Amino acid sequence: MEFNKIVKTLAVAIPLMTLAACSSTSETDTTAGDATTGGAGQYGANGMGANGGVEMGGATPMLSPEEQQRQKFQELRQDNVIYFDFDRSEIRPDYAKMLEAHADYLTNHPNVRVLIEGHTDERGTPEYNIALGERRAKAVAKYMQGLGVLPSQMSIVSYGEEKPADLTHSEEGESKNRRAVLVY
Amino acid sequence: MKAFVKGLMLLCVLMVKPSFAALDIVITEGVDAARPIAVVPFVWQGNGPAPSSISEVVAGDLTRSGTFKPLDETGLGQRAIGQLADFNADLWRNVSAEAVLMGSVKPYGANQYLVSFDLVDLVKAQMQGAGPQPKSEYLLDSRQTVISAEQFRQYAHRISDIVYEKLTGIKGAFLTRIAYVVVDHRQTNAYQLMIADYDGYNEQMLLRSPEPLMSPSWSPDGRKLAYVSFENKKAEIYVQDIYSRTRVKVTSFPGINGSPSFSPDGTKLAVTLSKDGQPEIYVVDIATGALKRVTNHYAIDTEPSWFPDGKSLLFTSERGGRPQIYQVDLATNKVTRLTFEGEWNLGGTVTPDGRSLIFVNRTNGKFNIARMDLKTRFMQVLTSTKLDESPSVAPNGTMVIYGTTYGNKQVLAAVSVDGRFKARLPSGEGDVKSPAWSPFL
Repeated sequence: MEFNKIVKTLAVAIPLMTLAACSSTSETDTTAGDATTGGAGQYGANGMGANGGVEMGGATPMLSPEEQQRQKFQELRQDNVIYFDFDRSEIRPDYAKMLEAHADYLTNHPNVRVLIEGHTDERGTPEYNIALGERRAKAVAKYMQGLGVLPSQMSIVSYGEEKPADLTHSEEGESKNRRAVLVY
Repeated sequence: MKAFVKGLMLLCVLMVKPSFAALDIVITEGVDAARPIAVVPFVWQGNGPAPSSISEVVAGDLTRSGTFKPLDETGLGQRAIGQLADFNADLWRNVSAEAVLMGSVKPYGANQYLVSFDLVDLVKAQMQGAGPQPKSEYLLDSRQTVISAEQFRQYAHRISDIVYEKLTGIKGAFLTRIAYVVVDHRQTNAYQLMIADYDGYNEQMLLRSPEPLMSPSWSPDGRKLAYVSFENKKAEIYVQDIYSRTRVKVTSFPGINGSPSFSPDGTKLAVTLSKDGQPEIYVVDIATGALKRVTNHYAIDTEPSWFPDGKSLLFTSERGGRPQIYQVDLATNKVTRLTFEGEWNLGGTVTPDGRSLIFVNRTNGKFNIARMDLKTRFMQVLTSTKLDESPSVAPNGTMVIYGTTYGNKQVLAAVSVDGRFKARLPSGEGDVKSPAWSPFL
């Protein structure tokens, strides 16, 4: 009986706790988001005017250098694919900014290592594509080296056509498979 | 308890794999040109149902060879005949076929069976009619063997080999296997290296991995497979014994370790390594690991394959700007370009007679399997399928198995070296690629 009660209580309590956790995190997220986009902290932003004239204060969370670094790293990790034209391994100019960001991060963190994966579409033979994939990965490594990244921070692997990102076999899908990926 | 037993029974049923082909065969072209042959269902001389149908396997083999077209049972002159003595040429007068295969199976002790067959030259029999000559005049072959129940398919392939060789003069390749890679991205271990009988039966898994497996290549004795595995997040070449389930890592250099190909004497592998910069061809001694560099060029060199005499290699190179096929003499390292026609030519292999080249040709952006006569340099595109790659030639040089794309899936397909017979080998789950035809077993 006692046990049953506890279970029941828990059954009610846990979802509530989860809810609370959810709302609190989302609030923090919003505040943080506002802070970065809007700049300074805002008073009465939540329609507090209708609340008997009380005003609530708050502060913008200060990101520690580690947190800033982590945030930047997160962004980098998400923007980490370089696409190529068919049977080509030249880096298109539109990737200059992205690769600069990666190179900047790596030169500032000489202890961080990156694996550059080279991939191809399904056209051509698997063995030829392994060679082409390596050429793409090497092109990225060379580009990054030109931006000051140490060769010892980079390693490369070619998967050729063996690990497609898109399995539709369509023209558009294949353009997504011709890629190099920076993996930290 | 009852439920448990039931569950156990179900489990057993699921675990015992029925005898079925992992790869079906759909013949898409070339039936008309095939030569009619009569395969009379073998007579079963035991009680109860026959353990397995030998003649069905033989008929399947002959159909798949692209050379023969077994007649429907209704078109036969006689049925239920198991030996030459029962053969009556008068009843076969109107049957147009070049030969008749008949046979019988009878129990021969515990789990043993006596299989006999006779192969009759029907054209000769029809010319002689019921004349005075003894029937043995038109008997092409006659054999008797005792086999176990597990050997039915194997012995049926043996019979097919005999029939094929008697009628064509070419050794049959029905007692062979194929190795291939199955990829199913929905599974954790998405990559599987498989072997099966050449007709897709008796499929067995040799290796399963979450990372890519590539380029299986048979040893000349049919006992070992060399392949590339990315299991350690990098390319490495292994040689695995398919019977003892042991394997050795042959190369694991930085960069590409790819495209292994066994030398005709089985002691070396020709491989592609990029450890010194660009992908180059090397020959590695399997026992000692000793390396010999064969090519030295800033362009891509890959896909080495041996000439049957073991004195030179075929390989793909981009040294001319686009991938083309070259030959390199192993004594002098002298390189000669072999292909000139079409935009790209790559993935080449020499036929067992050393006379022609089978490779992937790209013309107008389309990748197809082609053959080139090495003497006349005459090139013929053999296939019209999509994105063809990885051709592998049967040990008797009559058929090519290759990877292609059909209905949004990678499947295997076959084409005869004259391009007349074409077939698809559809499979169940996942993509199937990188086929390698074994030597004679």
